[in-house]
Amino acid sequence: MSMTRRDFVRGGVAAFTVGFAAPRFLSDLAIAQGQSRRNLVVLYLSGGNDALSTLIPYTDPQYYARRPTLAIPAGNVLQIGSDASRRPLGLHPRLTGLRTIYNAGRLAIVQRTGYPNSSRSHFEGSDIWSTGDPSSPQGTGWLGRYLDRLPSPVDPLTGWSTTREIPRTLLARTVGVPAIPNAQQYAFSSPNGGNDATFARQSALRISSHLPVDQPHLAFVNATSQAAFATLDRVGQVGNYRPTVTYPNTGLALALRTVVGAMANQIGTRVFWVQTGGFDTHSGQGTNANGTYANLMGTVDGALTAFYTDLSNQGLLGDTLVLQFSEFSRRIDENGSQGTDHGAAGIMLAMGGGVRGGIYGSAPDLRPAADNPTLENGTRDVRFETDFRSVYATVIDRWLGSEAAAVLGGNFGGGPAFL
Amino acid sequence: MAAQREEELQHLLRRAGFGASEADVNGYARLGLLGFSAAVGHLLAFADQPDDVDEQIGAVGYVGVTAAQGRLAPAANINDARQRWLFRMVHTRRPLQEKMALFWHNHFATAYAKIAGDAGATEAARMLAAKPSEDAGRAKGQLELLREHALGNFRDLLIAIAQDPAMLYWLDGRTNVRAHPQENFARELMELFTMGVDTFTESDVYAGARVFTGWNLVRAAGDGAARFVFNFNAAQHDTTAKEFSFPVYASGGRVIPARAPSAGMEDGIDLINAVARHPATGPRLARKLYSFFVNETDAPDAALIDDVARIYYARNYEIEPMVRRLLLSSQFRDPANYYRRYSWPVEFVVRAIKEVGWTGLSVNDALTPLVNMGQQLFEPPDVNGWELGRGWFTTGAMLARMNFAAQLATNQKFNLRDAFRGHAATPDALIAAALDRLSPPVYNAGARAALLEYVNAGGSWTASDAQLAAKGSGVVHLIVGSGEYQFV
Repeated sequence: MSMTRRDFVRGGVAAFTVGFAAPRFLSDLAIAQGQSRRNLVVLYLSGGNDALSTLIPYTDPQYYARRPTLAIPAGNVLQIGSDASRRPLGLHPRLTGLRTIYNAGRLAIVQRTGYPNSSRSHFEGSDIWSTGDPSSPQGTGWLGRYLDRLPSPVDPLTGWSTTREIPRTLLARTVGVPAIPNAQQYAFSSPNGGNDATFARQSALRISSHLPVDQPHLAFVNATSQAAFATLDRVGQVGNYRPTVTYPNTGLALALRTVVGAMANQIGTRVFWVQTGGFDTHSGQGTNANGTYANLMGTVDGALTAFYTDLSNQGLLGDTLVLQFSEFSRRIDENGSQGTDHGAAGIMLAMGGGVRGGIYGSAPDLRPAADNPTLENGTRDVRFETDFRSVYATVIDRWLGSEAAAVLGGNFGGGPAFL
Repeated sequence: MAAQREEELQHLLRRAGFGASEADVNGYARLGLLGFSAAVGHLLAFADQPDDVDEQIGAVGYVGVTAAQGRLAPAANINDARQRWLFRMVHTRRPLQEKMALFWHNHFATAYAKIAGDAGATEAARMLAAKPSEDAGRAKGQLELLREHALGNFRDLLIAIAQDPAMLYWLDGRTNVRAHPQENFARELMELFTMGVDTFTESDVYAGARVFTGWNLVRAAGDGAARFVFNFNAAQHDTTAKEFSFPVYASGGRVIPARAPSAGMEDGIDLINAVARHPATGPRLARKLYSFFVNETDAPDAALIDDVARIYYARNYEIEPMVRRLLLSSQFRDPANYYRRYSWPVEFVVRAIKEVGWTGLSVNDALTPLVNMGQQLFEPPDVNGWELGRGWFTTGAMLARMNFAAQLATNQKFNLRDAFRGHAATPDALIAAALDRLSPPVYNAGARAALLEYVNAGGSWTASDAQLAAKGSGVVHLIVGSGEYQFV
């Protein structure tokens, strides 16, 4: 699978030989012209987040029956009310900050998100969520296609991946999104100081300006260098950002701090990618106390809470939307290793100043009965209710101001009205 | 003619090894191995070369290491293990063995962090990198297994991997028991290690999980040095029949029969035989090897790949004949295929060290840059391995490559000054000497002019020692950091 994916996709997408040379003040210009300063932060929980441990149906006896060691006692759950089907639900005990945000009406939870015939493969699953195309998940990403539709030339910093790889979600046909995991290290060094360092940079820039059409591989690498040079100085400012709160010392929190730094410096980035892993909890899932999953929730909560507060203090909350997803959720039954295997439908979270908070959709009924319409795969897994592409459509139409049908290549319904 | 042969040898060593220092090329010449076929034979028959490279760690004349505590302890400390592997890549007399070990490390991608989280840091390093000769419990780390089977039999490698303690931790096989089958290993065995996605069904995954029930670990009895070893736990094996959507047996039979618990391990052997024999496995492996050795940037050569896949089945899953076919192919030798593979970060780093120089350098200084380039050894991003090809080249990763070039050139500034002294009467001569020392493809006129512009900037050329140090290191930085140098 891997070779097909790599060769076909990376090779099939044109090198970003255009778009990196946008004028430096393009973003300022856009803002001066009254364009939106709205931005979208996509948060990917990699490995397949166990939705039943994030949003807990703590009154469902089947939840306790099917998860003898992993269920979270009702008394520990952070109750947040009921969904439309009147099923009481609560957040994981470590999500205390998110509960506060929920109570402030700025967190939406969309239940049972997924798609027909859900893939149980990490790689195919994440490709499907990235492209929005379950039948052929090997092309550009949904946000890449959004970038491709922006008026040309597109500033390379319109997108920003805080991971070392460019996620498929941001893979575009004409725009090369930079990968900047650490703004402070995003610099060009040289063996000699003073003027010689300047000469070296000028020379390196000139060497990389060679974009031979008959050698697309070399053109691609050189264009990557060019994009790095075109973004260096602006990103350098972000590295100096002084946050208004103390962020936890986790990769996710530090990435989100960088995101606020970019916003506060008005870099012009519209879509950010942040990611945190460890959710492939096949064994020793540790949902309770200080177990593995509990700590994952702690990481997410600490990072998002600091981010939310920093945004509020900076007056940026109203311009920011966080959208969270994972490639699949997990089996309802725990396995013999006190873990859970790959499942199907899960939840998506949306957080921000423009979000209409609440619980959307209906919770699964966990009864292992053949006629239970909320389950699938022999009642092993949760069946989707809301197509994830309808959630994307809401974000594209109502937040990014683009055209969902064109970006997604189809109409998947309006989706829940969380914006 | 000699220059052409040297270019061909360098191409071979970049692909089937990690590049060539000047001493390497001279060494091959002394052995009479400048002839291409002889050199390929020499690389393939690596077992004839002594495996004594580790004995040189810390010796004068070799790249340095920086032990966490006193002596390098690769069987207990993962950073030490990373350094030893880099050291071996720089200095081994068996480059193709290390190259294949790296290939398999990406193929059976196993990450340290998860194992360390479950088993502790020391035990995780041991499971990944221990050599039996240096371990009190004679533990054999996964890397040793990959070296041992580097050009061996793929089916045997699959069995060894299925029983490897690091893999049993990584994909949770250690907890796969009858009452609760664990799907992780069975799924990736089919999807990533052999047949590929869309060649099997979900029910094959469930059946596969049951096949491997009882393939667990046990801590060998003994003192604190006891190691984890594979253990078939018959009491935890699901003995019922398992049906697959593809043939398990050469006869076409799709059902692994019910077996007595004591014979239950045969289930796993039968399934591994089946996935090794599956018609999708040979072509998939052939494609992967082709783009690793021959060409990654252009449309693949279907006929050559078909032939390599045919050899896979004809030679009963032996890897060596497949690699031999590729290295001796006319396609491999075609200069049009030189520099047609995106270098992996470790390949880039090791080649740069071999070509620029290493006196006074510690491979420890390459570890953080490698993280920034996107390849930390023993820490692939997931079981699918690294995103190869263009996937390596993000803006941040490209800056990390340029900055490693700067760091290395700074470190080697005075060695470079000494090497260029007497060969750099003019700026052009300096550039020619630098290009000769390194091995990029021929630069275009614009890039060459940019190098010249750099050397001339800041004052007229006198070839003074100060200028040689500054501009010599500066030119090396620019070449190693250029797009052209990122291909092998």
